[in-house]
Amino acid sequence: MTPQEILDQLRANFGEAILESKLDAPQPWISVAPNRTKDICFFLRDTASLQFDYLMCLSSVDNKDKQLSVVYHVWSTTQKHKIVLKAFCPRDNAHIQSVSSVWGTADWHEREAFDMMGIVFDEHPDLRRILCPDDYPGNPLRKDFKVPEFYQGIKVPY
Amino acid sequence: MEDIIKNALEAIPVLGHSLANLLGTPPGVYVVMAALPLVFILLYALVTMYMEMKVSAHIQDRLAYMYTGWHGVLQPVADILKLIQKEDTIPAAADKPLFILAPYLVFIGTYAGFAAIPFSSMYVGSDLNIGVLYIIAVSSIVVVGILMSGWASNNKWSLFGAMRSAAQLVSYEIPSALAILVAVMITGSMNLQEINHFQDGGIQNWLAFGGPLPIAKKLLLMPFTLTTFFILFVASLAEVNRTPFDLPEAESELVQGFNTEYSGMKFAIFYMAEYANMFLVSGVAATLFLGGWGSPFGSFMSGPVWGVFWFVLKGMFFVFLQVWLRWTLPRLRVDQLMYVSWKVMMPFLFVCILAVGMILSF
Amino acid sequence: MIDTLPIKTSTGRPLRKEEMVINMGPQHPSTHGVLRLEVVLDGEIVVDVIPHMGYLHRCFEKHSEHMTNYQQVIPYADRMDYLASMNNDWGYALAVERLLKIEVPPRVEYIRVIMAELQRIASHLIAVGTYGIDMGAFTPFLWCFRDRERILDLFEMTCGARLLYNYIWVGGLSHDIPPGFVDKAKAFCKYFLPNIKELNDLLTYNTIFVKRTADIGVLPADVAINYACSGPMLRGSGVSFDLRRDDPYGVYDKFEWNVEVGKGEMGTLGDCWDRYIVRVREMEQSVKIIEQALAAIPEGDVQSALPKRIRPDAGEIYVRTETPRGELGFYVISDGSATPYRVKARAPAFVNLSVMSEISRGCMIADLVAIVGSVDIVLGEVDR
Repeated sequence: MTPQEILDQLRANFGEAILESKLDAPQPWISVAPNRTKDICFFLRDTASLQFDYLMCLSSVDNKDKQLSVVYHVWSTTQKHKIVLKAFCPRDNAHIQSVSSVWGTADWHEREAFDMMGIVFDEHPDLRRILCPDDYPGNPLRKDFKVPEFYQGIKVPY
Repeated sequence: MEDIIKNALEAIPVLGHSLANLLGTPPGVYVVMAALPLVFILLYALVTMYMEMKVSAHIQDRLAYMYTGWHGVLQPVADILKLIQKEDTIPAAADKPLFILAPYLVFIGTYAGFAAIPFSSMYVGSDLNIGVLYIIAVSSIVVVGILMSGWASNNKWSLFGAMRSAAQLVSYEIPSALAILVAVMITGSMNLQEINHFQDGGIQNWLAFGGPLPIAKKLLLMPFTLTTFFILFVASLAEVNRTPFDLPEAESELVQGFNTEYSGMKFAIFYMAEYANMFLVSGVAATLFLGGWGSPFGSFMSGPVWGVFWFVLKGMFFVFLQVWLRWTLPRLRVDQLMYVSWKVMMPFLFVCILAVGMILSF
Repeated sequence: MIDTLPIKTSTGRPLRKEEMVINMGPQHPSTHGVLRLEVVLDGEIVVDVIPHMGYLHRCFEKHSEHMTNYQQVIPYADRMDYLASMNNDWGYALAVERLLKIEVPPRVEYIRVIMAELQRIASHLIAVGTYGIDMGAFTPFLWCFRDRERILDLFEMTCGARLLYNYIWVGGLSHDIPPGFVDKAKAFCKYFLPNIKELNDLLTYNTIFVKRTADIGVLPADVAINYACSGPMLRGSGVSFDLRRDDPYGVYDKFEWNVEVGKGEMGTLGDCWDRYIVRVREMEQSVKIIEQALAAIPEGDVQSALPKRIRPDAGEIYVRTETPRGELGFYVISDGSATPYRVKARAPAFVNLSVMSEISRGCMIADLVAIVGSVDIVLGEVDR
């Protein structure tokens, strides 16, 4: 299916939860509401004509307009089409609905996004830091992250 | 606990003297007879360390040490020197008396077995009527030593290794004992020297090929004795914790299993005990099934001194086989190990015992 | 009412009375790197496995945002999956080239394929060799490393490095292949194929090895797809999906080779043995590809005309390539300047590892070692 058809199907079923889209980019993307990601992704996975059963990558981005976003690259092993979803959320109250019940792989990807960018995923079964130590202050991949002076008594900048 | 051990250690010389005086022999003779296998074990350990190093290297398409001595012959000496002068660490929370005693117990269990093995027709440490039973019994002390080391190390992984090892050793003693029973049935005696004399006369008289019996009985017995011999060898691999049965020792998540916390001299004792055990079970298999110190050519190249040569040769052949298998096969998982012992070896052995009994009674 | 102890695992699950928590700690004798597995055991049976990682986190993504040049990220990409550096470099270079919308010269494409496939063989040799050691077979490890030395000699001849090459650059390569490379590589292919047969005789069909790996860690195909497994993990479960054929890049479509898939020959479909045999057979297929590529390398230049400071237009792209471990994806966002705005590396080992707690429930500790070995993780990639 072409990206336009996918967008139409999504708009038909979710209406206002589908925000903007950019279909003329080399990899067309669709922006969705951050509190409806789970329903939309279930729809994408389970609809016969779409069958997006493979979440290739889930990345977190700190955008230039100071919003945080999560980018979902999904692919269908049966229909062989791809689409990109984006969910934007404000910096201070970064909550996005978790899709770990849709694709099992999202579990660890979301934990990494939480660790690196500080985005809280609602309804995630086990949201803990994954790469940084549990008591690390701050979220390293944010653009305004300052390296802590001391961490557990060790001087960090050398 | 420490007091008991101290008292025991102090009582031994007193006991020794009184026993010797009771039996009318000077204690010096006993000391010499007891020390001979120890000297043998030390020399043999050096040779086996070199053999293991070179055999493993050539199997793995590489050369081992080439610089210490010609082609590395002095490397075992270097290894022993290193182990002796290493720092003997004891974990802070370990159970000290048990921790210190464990390697010695493992060595004692093995070393005591050497007392009953005849190295030649003129030398056997102790000509016991129940030699075979004694060896099986006394090598079980090793289990106690291993459990002690695992527990006293205060390390969950050591404990795991020790538990598995104890289960494995105890399970594989049964097939060993049953296989030995077949040999005892054919020769009618548990005295190892007598079993050896029974097989005198050449390769055709060896128990592995049916023993010195009339040709009809021999041919009937041969499949069963060969099977029993093979099972004895495999069970003895398990007794010495060698691959494919080295789960307690070198599983990739158990560092060294029950050996993990040991270093320096205590580790050297464990190491030496393992090699001594290898030779012990090889010696028992050679004595029971392969004619012991008897020459395969009958009277050619036989005699008391040649006996030592043949016995050591046969023992070293099995040791070489054990080393070879270690570097070839992967290891069995613990439940598969138990399966092999209880569900494969025992039924085969029961059939063999039954068959041998029936054939012998005709 | 289940009796619980006041002890909890790190996920907060309380332990029952007969359970024990044990750490297969960050330092293992298994050569997998610094991975900590918190294992909840009931005797020998594994009740739960909780992997902890981050011991090798080196902030690849943060570093790439501070580079002065897109080319400077290549050495960092090398060090992610240090056993398959060529494939990492190629993934990133491909992503930036697609952002720049440039084509590389054909000679570069062929050499990239040859290097990537040689690297695939080298990486699979390590996977197979260390898997043998995990199972207790010490010899195949050394035989595999002996063969790998030949491949490393080829790489050293070309770019001077044995492990971390910095060879595949955006727009081309750092050096052309030296004279004598083609002949030496052809000689290697001829030398290597009988060695696979030797390895099969020693390890693959050995009864003990089969018993240790067949029917262990069965990964059903739908679970594999749901957990986005890729590479030999996915193909071992019977799903015929290989990015080199299904989402082609480079000149892979010019070569004839088969995609190896597990068939459940020795046990259940999707067990550890299937994943292992997929790797062994992939080595044979890689040799095929290399021979075809060596026969067809065109002449030409190995560096396309690129400015020193690469400035792609603002945009973003996600490009995925097939590394020995699976699908390595690079999501590169450019804001029009010479520094990348965001580089996200989707590491196959990271994703493949997440399925481990699913497939290892109910197995024994020795099986856990087998399962971790069959996932073929490299901690550099898991942690980045």
